[in-house]
Amino acid sequence: MTTANDAALTGLSLQAASLELQAGAISSRQLTEACLARIAATDGRVGAFLAVTGERALQQADRSDRRRAAGGALGPLDGVPLAVKDLFLTRGVPTTAGSRILEGFVPPYDATAVTRLEAAGAVLLGKLNLDEFAMGSSNEHSAYRPCRNPWDLTRTPGGSSGGSAAALSARQCFGTLGTDTGGSIRLPASFCGVVGLKPTYGRVSRYGVIAFASSLDQPGPLGRTTWDVAALLGAIAGPDPHDLTCAARPADDYLAALEGGARGLRIGVPREWFGGGLQPEVEARVREALTTYQRLGATLVEISLPHSRYGIAAYYLIATAEASANLARYDGVRFGLRAPGVRALQELYSESREQGFGAEPKRRIMLGTYALSAGYHDAYYLRAQKVRTLIRRDFDAAFGRCDVVAGPVAPGPAFKLGERTGDPLQMYLADIFTITCNLAALPGLSVPCGLARGLPVGLQLVGRPFDEATLLKAARALERELGPAPVPAALEAAP
Amino acid sequence: MTRTVAASDYQVVIGLEVHAQLLTLTKIFCGCSTGFGGAPNSHVCPICLGLPGVLPALNARVVELAVKTGLALGCAIQPVSVFSRKNYFYPDLPKGYQISQYELPICLGGGLAITVDGREKFIRLTRIHMEEDAGKNLHDVAADGSSGVDLNRAGVPLLEIVSEPDLRSADEAVEYLKALRAILLALGVNDGNLEEGSFRCDANVSVMRKGATQYGTRAELKNMNSFRYLKQAVEYEVRRQVALVETGQPVVQETRLYDPARGETRSMRSKEEAHDYRYFPEPDLPPVRVGEALVARMRAEQPELPRARAARYQGSLGLSAQDAGVLVGDGGLADFFDAALSARGGGAEAAKKVANWLIGELSRLANETGLPPRAWKLTPARLAEVLGLLDAGTVNGAGAKLLVEELFRHGGDPAELVRRRGLAQVSDEGAIEAAVDAVLAASPAEVERHRSGKKDLTGFFVGQVMKALKGKGNPGVVNALLKKKLGGG
Amino acid sequence: MALTLDEVRRVAALARLKLSEEEERLFAEQLSAILDHVRELETLDVTGVPPMTHALAEGEAVALRPDALVPGLSPEEALGNAPAREGTCFKVPRIIE
Ligand SMILES: [Mg+2]
Ligand SMILES: [Zn+2]
Repeated sequence: MTTANDAALTGLSLQAASLELQAGAISSRQLTEACLARIAATDGRVGAFLAVTGERALQQADRSDRRRAAGGALGPLDGVPLAVKDLFLTRGVPTTAGSRILEGFVPPYDATAVTRLEAAGAVLLGKLNLDEFAMGSSNEHSAYRPCRNPWDLTRTPGGSSGGSAAALSARQCFGTLGTDTGGSIRLPASFCGVVGLKPTYGRVSRYGVIAFASSLDQPGPLGRTTWDVAALLGAIAGPDPHDLTCAARPADDYLAALEGGARGLRIGVPREWFGGGLQPEVEARVREALTTYQRLGATLVEISLPHSRYGIAAYYLIATAEASANLARYDGVRFGLRAPGVRALQELYSESREQGFGAEPKRRIMLGTYALSAGYHDAYYLRAQKVRTLIRRDFDAAFGRCDVVAGPVAPGPAFKLGERTGDPLQMYLADIFTITCNLAALPGLSVPCGLARGLPVGLQLVGRPFDEATLLKAARALERELGPAPVPAALEAAP
Repeated sequence: MTRTVAASDYQVVIGLEVHAQLLTLTKIFCGCSTGFGGAPNSHVCPICLGLPGVLPALNARVVELAVKTGLALGCAIQPVSVFSRKNYFYPDLPKGYQISQYELPICLGGGLAITVDGREKFIRLTRIHMEEDAGKNLHDVAADGSSGVDLNRAGVPLLEIVSEPDLRSADEAVEYLKALRAILLALGVNDGNLEEGSFRCDANVSVMRKGATQYGTRAELKNMNSFRYLKQAVEYEVRRQVALVETGQPVVQETRLYDPARGETRSMRSKEEAHDYRYFPEPDLPPVRVGEALVARMRAEQPELPRARAARYQGSLGLSAQDAGVLVGDGGLADFFDAALSARGGGAEAAKKVANWLIGELSRLANETGLPPRAWKLTPARLAEVLGLLDAGTVNGAGAKLLVEELFRHGGDPAELVRRRGLAQVSDEGAIEAAVDAVLAASPAEVERHRSGKKDLTGFFVGQVMKALKGKGNPGVVNALLKKKLGGG
Repeated sequence: MALTLDEVRRVAALARLKLSEEEERLFAEQLSAILDHVRELETLDVTGVPPMTHALAEGEAVALRPDALVPGLSPEEALGNAPAREGTCFKVPRIIE
């Protein structure tokens, strides 16, 4: 049963919950129990969680409360209930990547980002739903159950970090971690009306995060406000000796940079992001947001990212090529699913992989293997890498004239479950505006900018390398203007 | 038309690929021990098990040793090199790909000189690259014939050293492998153990008619874990390929396993089916950058290499080519030799003596005990002291031998041992004369035969006198007195 | 169709995926459609353009790992997720070389 008091608690932002804790108005146990109750009451309909670790969470909460009572509270995340995408390894807690092939897998180590959240005193409520191996844009490719959009339970929350966005939108926790390879944080954030940040490649350690496409994957935070996201990023960003692709430069103070306003900001508006399949209502919300920025003292600069249109093609070759190698370790030998009754080695591989992987990983393994195979490598994989250079150069040129690039996150708001599962290419095209940011290894953020046909729309901001601070500052300025993001009503109706 | 064509009508073309495990403390991408032994899967962690989520963290020492090796072999050290993934499925390969280097290895070019039949020849290298070793598949671990996988070796750092196809006979291949091994040993980057597989080689072998301009199709030979097997495998393969060509059959490009029990190579079909490794740059590892500082540091760490050292021993110390060769060979005697000689004050005369002791008595003891010079209780300085005692006449040759053996096994101070064990040489003429007289008196028949000139029995009498003196007599004095007593004889 | 059934089978064998006949047909169709889309890359002139092989910017410092031992897993932990084991080995069907 969710009480009125619980509802008041779970409706807080991370920032507000943290302030209440610091003021001694509430305990971490109260917050955690409220979240667990909210999950119990709503997740049957939402499907954001693949595993809830209630007992463990309550123990962490009690430890936090004792710490605070002893005067040793750790910082803004101490005692705050969070959850992470089930792509982050959690020692002793099953981690599935949303795949049957990892059913029952219990990691012997923690992802660096998880270690850092726990070191900051956070309470981990469980593991969040996702598309299998983060491959998808709708969360429908989860091998366990689909996740639904709390704004409209017949629609997808977006993917692949669908659970990470839906759990926030459903008020089940105060902050989450997701991963973004081609838009997997920003798309669900946009569809669910929360803030999601894909940091610069190399800003957050990938160690212990199950790999999809190693040169594109980047873990990042989602929250209900920009402050929440800035606090989470501050906790997880920074160098990690376990990840040589994680930059050696220290993290910035994102909270300190947050309130700088938009005055003087030069916002690049790429011509190529406002055409084609962009739905008029989405375009309208994005244009309104740009006008708001002008009113706040920012200038709009028309820019061109001429190679954007090649993003999807380059992305699907590079990402699948890397994935085909990353998913080779799921072979039924050391962990994970092994097909029963196999007698020969080749059967062990092909049967285990056949039974363990869903259609989307198989499709991508096939495409990636093909793109790398003898005779095709240069035409597909190598060519895509060169196009990647061109896409990066587009941004480098643009950042000579602007400080951030702004545009839509997706062509439309959340689509219906089942609408695109039959046509992979149509599904892939949902990522058309988010993918170039990954290819160029830049930071990107989605911040709510209103509703279209009653569904949330996100504004995408892309920044210079390692300039997450400016993105957050810009998003904060808009957020202040628009006021608190609306809360979905769908869940509050009787189940 | 039938025509018999001898194998000598064919040119043999061989290139070797050597995999050498680097002597680092930890694996190439994780902090696990590279040590041998231990139960299966006792030197493993999430990284070398290839668990989900892990990333490789490159060992800085591996890069250093690769540069050190490249410098010794005259390679061009690449300021930027790139790791790649080599994709294939095998139970001993945890990630389903090996992290290796492909298009941009750390070293290019270079080479080394070998001597075959007294002729010197330079063998060029194509490249040297860094990569990770695989684990081990253990066969028949269970009653049902199942195999087991042990990943202790997975991730041990390897250098792959690839030669150009410059070798023209099995003997050249063996010489090349020996010379390369000696260099790696001298550098201290590898332990040179063919049998245990920490130094292993594959051979690409083809034949072509003499005068032809195009190489024949090559076969890749594996599993030669000794110099002898390498020679046998290459010779067998050459005979096989010549026979194929002679009968108009094609040589198939394939991997062939050497079977030492049969002295044959046979096709490894299992390795053939999918030679499509789908290499691509390893996204988890940034390009490896080797700066000038690192190169300078590795240049400063370069030891004198075996061929240069042997030349110095022959040139300035006057040792024979054979002795010089033994000293710089894989027994690791050269450092001991240099240290002992330096303690003894240097010079050609002392060099000959130190060399004789090392190649003779000490090599015998080393063989018997299996101990390398580093593990001897006898230090170079102590050997120099023994030689000093010998030169000073404090001990005779037999005494020195006893002394050396004692020091080899237990260590200690030579002078103190001479006192404690009563090894001091007897040079006192009175004592020796008494012993000579007693021996001659006890052997009248032998004395008679010697004096009559029927037989030279000097050796017999020396032996008897020495025996009476418990081996400690001064040989010069003994000889002189015997000569005097027995007459001119 | 850009991708033949034979090619689908060759790729599936390389990737160690045992596909049903239906999957083979479906993938041939879907992958062909994707490859058709990807073909638009061919319209770009990439002469002289270097491939972007790594995402971390070139100027970022990279600290390699010092050669120092780090405690790993015990054999029991290492085998904790093993689908089959024999002693402290991962057990697999007989390997024929
Ligand atoms: Mg190799
Ligand atoms: Zn390890």
